[in-house]
Amino acid sequence: METKLVSTLEEAIRSVGLKDGMTVSFHHHLRNGDYILNLVMEQVAAMGIRDLTVNASSLFDVHLPLMEHIRSGVVTRLLTDYVSGGIGRHLSQGILEAPVEFRSHGTRATDIASEKTPIDVAFLAVPAADCRGNATGKLGRAACGSLGYAIPDAMYAKKVVLITDTLLPYPLSDWAIPECFVDYVVQVPEIGDPRGILSGTTRITRDPVGLVMAELAAKTIAGSGLLKEGFSFQTGAGGASLAAAAALKKIMEKEHITGSFALGGITGYLVEMLRAGCFRQLMDVQCFDLDAVASIRDDPRHREISAIHYAGPGTRGAVVDSLDVVILGATEIDTNFNVNVHTDSSGCLMGGSGGHTDAAAGAKLTMIIAPLVRARLPIVTDRVTCISTPGDTVDVLVTQRGIAVNPRRPELRQRLLEAGLPVTDIEALKKRAEAIAGIPRPVPRGDRVVAEVLGRDGRVQDQILSLPSDF
Amino acid sequence: MPDIIQRATAGTMESSDAYVEIEPREGGLEIQLESVVLYQYGQDIEQSVRAVLLEYGVENALVSIVDRGALDCVIRARVETAIRRGKGGRP
Repeated sequence: METKLVSTLEEAIRSVGLKDGMTVSFHHHLRNGDYILNLVMEQVAAMGIRDLTVNASSLFDVHLPLMEHIRSGVVTRLLTDYVSGGIGRHLSQGILEAPVEFRSHGTRATDIASEKTPIDVAFLAVPAADCRGNATGKLGRAACGSLGYAIPDAMYAKKVVLITDTLLPYPLSDWAIPECFVDYVVQVPEIGDPRGILSGTTRITRDPVGLVMAELAAKTIAGSGLLKEGFSFQTGAGGASLAAAAALKKIMEKEHITGSFALGGITGYLVEMLRAGCFRQLMDVQCFDLDAVASIRDDPRHREISAIHYAGPGTRGAVVDSLDVVILGATEIDTNFNVNVHTDSSGCLMGGSGGHTDAAAGAKLTMIIAPLVRARLPIVTDRVTCISTPGDTVDVLVTQRGIAVNPRRPELRQRLLEAGLPVTDIEALKKRAEAIAGIPRPVPRGDRVVAEVLGRDGRVQDQILSLPSDF
Repeated sequence: MPDIIQRATAGTMESSDAYVEIEPREGGLEIQLESVVLYQYGQDIEQSVRAVLLEYGVENALVSIVDRGALDCVIRARVETAIRRGKGGRP
């Protein structure tokens, strides 16, 4: 059999014809345990290739060496959906001349598919592959479960290089990426550190404020009228969101409600809900912990989906469009219900939309759950530092001191009042927070645009300014 | 009222708390402030610290505060405790 194996990364890079000015792409399923982005960029730099665009679905602190490649001109443009705090600080200081382009996970996927952001070479870390390029995330020493964010890159990049540490006999049949999309396969000793692959945020909160918020969130879902047979649900992996899922599970079990599916990044808590009969299916674009990895491998009800199928705007069918309820976080929310998840309150990049904007656009009930005050800063502002998710897609804010309903949803407000929930308005929550914390003075901003946030409609939704030079 | 006679601390580095250190020093007050909300609340924090120092008659001391987003009442309480300990009394 003719294999696609090449013995070194250098040979693969030469074979695909990577040149100055091209675009390379990476996925983030190995999260803070990923070795591959650094390995590839180091090799590319050593070969003297420059002026590259990097399209990475997310970047974590493990990828800090990329900042050096930016400083040295190997990388001159960056497209991504999320950056960790360490990366964000560098970008906020303005190390790139061209503004970073932020998209949601769904928008990244459709822009790749439509060749609005074409990829010349996708370098895809895969936990297991065969010699012809059938690949999966479910097996191997660095198993990460779903490879949902890598699938659009594999399908639409002009050239696809798989990098794995686990070669299995042909044909590897339970593939996420089939051989028909793959040009070369490279074996390396290790693609990543399994400990870093697990997300650090996947524990139920024990913070009493978080538990009060979670209880209110579950009651809000029940009170909305959406919690009935066939219910569908997405939640993040933050502690309070997980606690809300746990509170929801209790209600669903007590009232014998079987939901249709849970969606998104999947944690062990959602796996538990599947096993308890709360849902018929899990639709999984990314696994957050080892329970989720084991479940997607062993349980046919737990299904891997691509980023396009998950959340792509303007596709013939994205699962977010069938979503009843999503619970999401925020660093800030303003009185128009716009949400910031890109920067902290001082304006420094430390996140990104990921699937936030997509799920908010699709769900019938988009709930933001956040404490009224976080490290002295009121969560509600007059205008968020950055509009990550537009307010017209956000329905309700749940805090420990009450629930604010978007005035666009008077019928929802009425239902929640009838359910006896502590409904107030967002201006009142803002005043309440300011009474506790004091009114924050405005933070000075730098004068350069360091990032642009693109909306699901492809237009620039907001800009992020550099930090002032004395920051 | 005695001045600060010994180095003393109060508080923690946990989020939403503040860590305050006070020590004897000649020639007036010096306040060093590090805060995660320096732009938003730095002036308010310094005002509160000075108010508590004045209340306790402290005129000579070095006070350093590492603020992790504490509310005003927490900052005042931490400074007060550090002063009491610095004066050799029980907090």
